[in-house]
Amino acid sequence: MIESMSHGIGVDIAFLLLATLAVVTAWRVFRTDSMVRASFFLLVSFIAVGVIMILLAAEYLGVAMFFMMAVEMTVMALFMVMFMMNPAGLNPMNMVHQERISIGAGVVSFLVLSVMALLAVFPDRPVSAGLDPVRSLGNEMLGDSMLIFESAGLVLLTTMIGVVVLSSHRGRYGAATEGSLPPGLESGGDPAGKPEEDEDDEDGGHHHHHH
Amino acid sequence: MTLTTLLLLAAALIGIGIYGALSQQSFVMLMMGLELILNGVMLAAVAFWAFSGAGAPEGQLLTIIVMAVMAIEMTMGFALVVAVFRGKQADTTESLTELKH
Repeated sequence: MIESMSHGIGVDIAFLLLATLAVVTAWRVFRTDSMVRASFFLLVSFIAVGVIMILLAAEYLGVAMFFMMAVEMTVMALFMVMFMMNPAGLNPMNMVHQERISIGAGVVSFLVLSVMALLAVFPDRPVSAGLDPVRSLGNEMLGDSMLIFESAGLVLLTTMIGVVVLSSHRGRYGAATEGSLPPGLESGGDPAGKPEEDEDDEDGGHHHHHH
Repeated sequence: MTLTTLLLLAAALIGIGIYGALSQQSFVMLMMGLELILNGVMLAAVAFWAFSGAGAPEGQLLTIIVMAVMAIEMTMGFALVVAVFRGKQADTTESLTELKH
C-alpha cells in the first residue's frame, strides 16, 4: 500500500475538487446539446487534469497541457461549427449508436482498471524533494532521448504534409487529371480510355418533331 | 492524493472516453472520446512518475510523447473528416456505408 506523500490537507482537498470537476465535465461532454459547449467541457476537463499534474510537481507538463489543450479544443469547436448541423444546441440532440454496448464497454474498462489500481502492489519511490523536474526533463529530451524527440518532430512534419495532401483541392482549375486520357494500348494507337462525347449526342437521342 | 486515487481518476476518464468513442455517431464527438482516453493515460503516466518512478525523466518524456500522439491523431482525424465530407457530404459514421470513393 502506497503511503501518501506528505502533502498538506489543502492539496488533498484541491485534488478531490479537481478530480470531481474532471470527471463531471468529461461526462457532460457527451450529454450536452450544444456542440461548442461540448468542446469547452472537454477543455475544462483537460485543465483540471493539468492542474493535478502541477500539484504532482510536474510543472512543465501541466502548463503544456494548458496551452496545447486550449488550442486543440478551440480547433475542435471550429470543426464542430463547420461540419455539424447543430452547433448552438437549439434542438435537443443525442446522436448515439450501439449505446448499451458502449456503456457496457466503458463500465467494464473502468472496473478492470480500478481493480488493477486497488489490488496491484506498486513500488513506493516518490519524487525526491530536491528534484527540478523541468531541468531533468530538458536534460533527458536533449540528451539520452534525443532520437525519440527528433523522431516525434519528423512524424509531426509527415502529419502536416499528409494533412495538406488530404484536404487540398486538386489543382487550381479543377482536378489535375481532368481532360487527359491514358496512352494507347499499341504505340501510336487510340487512347485506351473512353473518348469524350461528341457535342451532337448531348440531348441523349431525343428528337422532338414539331408539326 | 495517493497513487490509488489518481489511478482511479485515470480509470474513470478512460472509461468515459471508451463510452464516447464507441457510442457517438458524429466524427468530432468520437474524437473527443479518443482525446479523453489519452487524457487518462497521461494522468496515469504522471502519477506513476511521481509515486513509483522516483522522478525519472523518462516518465515525463512518455507524457510528452503521448501529447504529441494526441496532436497527430487529432490532426489526421480532422483531415480525414474534411476529405470524407468533401466526397460524400457525410459528417456521421452512419452515413459511411461503403468504402467506394
